[in-house]
Amino acid sequence: MTALLTLTVLVLVAIAIWQMTKIFELSQAKTEYAEIANDSDNKNNGYLLFGFLIFIYGITIFSFVSYGKMLLPEAASEHGGDYDQLMWISFAIIFFVQTITQALLHYFGFKYRGEKGNKALFFADNDRLEFIWTIIPVIVLAGLILWGLYTWSNIMDFNDDDDPLVVELYAQQFNWTARYSGEDNVLGDANVRLIDIDRANVLGIDESDPNGDDDVIVKELHLPVGRKINFKMRSQDVLHSAYMPHFRAQMNCVPGMITQFSFTPTITTEEMRLNPDIVEKVKRTNEIRAKKAAEGLPNSDPWEFDYILLCNKICGKSHYNMQMKIIVETEEEFNKWMAEQKTFKASMAPAE
Amino acid sequence: MSATAHEHGHEDHGHHHKETFVTKYIFSQDHKMISKQYLITGLIMGFVGIAMSLLFRMQLAWPGESFGIFKAVLGKWAPEGVMDADIYLALVTIHGTLMVFFVLTQGLSGTFSNLLIPLQIGARDMASGFMNMVSYWMFFVSSVIMILSLFVEAGPAAAGWTIYPPLSALPMAQSGSGMGMTLWLVSMAIFIASSLLGSLNYIVTVINLRTKGMSMTRLPLTIWAFFVTAIIGVVSFPVLLSAALLLIMDRSFGTSFFLSDIFIQGEVLHYQGGSPVLYEHLFWFLGHPEVYIVLLPALGITSEVMSTNARKPIFGYRAMVASILAIAFLSTIVWGHHMFISGMNPFLGSVFTFTTLLIAIPSAVKAFNYITTLWKGNLQLNPAMLFSIGLVSTFITGGLTGIILGDSTLDINVHDTYFVVAHFHLVMGISALYGMFAGIYHWFPKMFQGRMMNKNLGYVHFWITAICAYGIFFPMHFVGMAGVPRRYYENTAFPMFDELTNVQVLMTVFAIIAGLAQLIFVYNFISSIFYGKKGPANPWSSNTLEWTAPQEHIHGNWPGEIPHVYRWAYDYSKTYENGEYIIAGQDFVPQNVPLQENEEELNH
Repeated sequence: MTALLTLTVLVLVAIAIWQMTKIFELSQAKTEYAEIANDSDNKNNGYLLFGFLIFIYGITIFSFVSYGKMLLPEAASEHGGDYDQLMWISFAIIFFVQTITQALLHYFGFKYRGEKGNKALFFADNDRLEFIWTIIPVIVLAGLILWGLYTWSNIMDFNDDDDPLVVELYAQQFNWTARYSGEDNVLGDANVRLIDIDRANVLGIDESDPNGDDDVIVKELHLPVGRKINFKMRSQDVLHSAYMPHFRAQMNCVPGMITQFSFTPTITTEEMRLNPDIVEKVKRTNEIRAKKAAEGLPNSDPWEFDYILLCNKICGKSHYNMQMKIIVETEEEFNKWMAEQKTFKASMAPAE
Repeated sequence: MSATAHEHGHEDHGHHHKETFVTKYIFSQDHKMISKQYLITGLIMGFVGIAMSLLFRMQLAWPGESFGIFKAVLGKWAPEGVMDADIYLALVTIHGTLMVFFVLTQGLSGTFSNLLIPLQIGARDMASGFMNMVSYWMFFVSSVIMILSLFVEAGPAAAGWTIYPPLSALPMAQSGSGMGMTLWLVSMAIFIASSLLGSLNYIVTVINLRTKGMSMTRLPLTIWAFFVTAIIGVVSFPVLLSAALLLIMDRSFGTSFFLSDIFIQGEVLHYQGGSPVLYEHLFWFLGHPEVYIVLLPALGITSEVMSTNARKPIFGYRAMVASILAIAFLSTIVWGHHMFISGMNPFLGSVFTFTTLLIAIPSAVKAFNYITTLWKGNLQLNPAMLFSIGLVSTFITGGLTGIILGDSTLDINVHDTYFVVAHFHLVMGISALYGMFAGIYHWFPKMFQGRMMNKNLGYVHFWITAICAYGIFFPMHFVGMAGVPRRYYENTAFPMFDELTNVQVLMTVFAIIAGLAQLIFVYNFISSIFYGKKGPANPWSSNTLEWTAPQEHIHGNWPGEIPHVYRWAYDYSKTYENGEYIIAGQDFVPQNVPLQENEEELNH
């Protein structure tokens, strides 16, 4: 419906412009060179430039009103708060600059539209002006750079302080596997050359490394709230990217090397489901899905909010559906869940 | 040969060769003909590239729906008219490749560098006409190979235009990584050779063949932009060539430059010790300067068109030149901002954030200078002028979000989402296309013997395009900030993206209208070549030398002596102290007019 409306409006606008130019063309005494802008072209397009400024503001406001609510909810990780804050500061600066510069650009286009006999001002240089608009970006950007770098080095400071939980994220076409390091909190050595599909050693864990015995391999990522998680990423085939948008976390998975990222989840899945933004979003989404179900379309089951891990680096045909559910829960729930899982050694035993 | 001829002031150059159809239209060594060849090849590639984008935009808006057009165009890749996931990725890949390299690099830079460098610096032709011809024909061959790759059995390259290995290296990872990728690499290798030949020619021509009086500080900004663009190309394209060659070795000869520890489809591959991150470094060492290779010529064209149509000198000529140089230098040391989360050392991320945000400074200076150029002008709103103003608008809108993406921290969560797609389409895609359109509308009379394009069709073309460009790419930022990754065949696997489908529909509708609006341009372009109304010799009352050359194309550009230059290119509306124009009744003073008595001399 929106589509049809926009289409109609645009076609009408186009026709209006077309007709207007036509009328002006006809109402003019034939000049010698018809394809060079004359006063009436300047006037029409000057007004259109002004209109275009309003259009830019309009689409900005429209997007914020209609789409602002669709953005990601509050960050569910410790560093995510800093991230969001820096993001909003940057956005405030951007919108300030955008509003002013677009206004000047289009308003000047309207105000100084040409007219026969007008004289432009010969104004080739002004050192002071140029100095001002060099130094202002320098100062603003210096501030943003310093702030950004400070946050960046905090986020990227990968260390073993505060008793982190060590988890491996393992990527392959087109699914994710997670490996917990078990009681010793040390991952067993692994290499793709040790993969043994027949014996279900799908991650290529070195069976002779005792650190690997208590490792736990799962297809659903459970994280205890409030505890730092040190992720180590591996990929067995092509580049993938572990993208956890709700935690403001992302790192590529590169075959042949181990990459790492760490964050502390702060909001459990249960709590997030009660977040008013999420409640609203789920409601809106389920309305859409109910409509689809009524039409008998696929992907129409009711949805319950969950954190999600997506692949965000083109990795082949099913790249668009490479995901893993993330569940953030309390320490007790996590321990209970963990106790139910089989260790690597136990899973290998029956095969021997 | 021609270089020495110029130095001797060869006066009746060009009257004695006999030209056949082949030497005039096909294997021409004349820069004006070569520029038209580039333009038309570029436009055809652009047509294909834009058409592809419409196909995959339809898939994004109406995922999994059956369309007759898919069946007609994609054939076996759209069983029952439903687009296949592999061909979706292939379309995205080839769209990117065609638009970035074939349209906006050679189509833009090749066209206008060839047309304008000799004409605006006062030279009879390029330093080497032969090399120029070879450059075009290599470009043509690479275009043909790229188009042919679309018809390969297993499908064209589909690993994204950045073709990161291992995906692009292993045919078992993706069907497009077989023959399709081989052809892609061959085509690009030839393309790079073509681009290098062209660039070397531009550099030598600008350095050696300027007419008497044409000092570097009197060069029009177009020439500065083309000159510096060519230098960036010469510095960075060879690195892409080596990346492509090493990738060919990995694919075909068993080396392990970019591959290591790979287990795929049930077996371990022999590759050991290589690194995909190395490839990313090599690729983006070209890839980022490439953005400026695309953008600088567009900015150069805008400077010229805007100043001419504002009837005012470009504001801050020296600052503009300094910005071009600063952008060129910085562009070679910012490539790492594409790799903040690639697994490279986070400290490098800090360095690249620093250099990246630095590049915002010369860009900001340019934007402010354009705005000041409009201030108190007498704006002649020709289509070319509107496209130039449009360029500044999208350059600002798209450039500002670069502050977010260039910041390593903020990049974490928007990396590879639609936010990036929106950013670079506005700042380099749309802006460079506007620059190209501005150039075409402005210099059309120079290319086609004085014929002019229809201005009313030009206005309609501009306004629809301008509205649609924002209509597509402004809402796209929100899709990205909602976390939707790019290069997803459909977003239906994630309920959290369900409500964003509406936005996709809106963007697609705008895209289709924008695509249709380009047909107006195509019609205008073709009909004006044959039936366009002839304008005066200097239709835009411009100062630069190309308008002193006769409308009829002659080999050697000027009959008789090459004009000498006595002033810079921007003496628009210059007056004596008493307020009278320098030349009575005329608000411009062409570069070949000597300094008048009592005229204030500027530092040019």
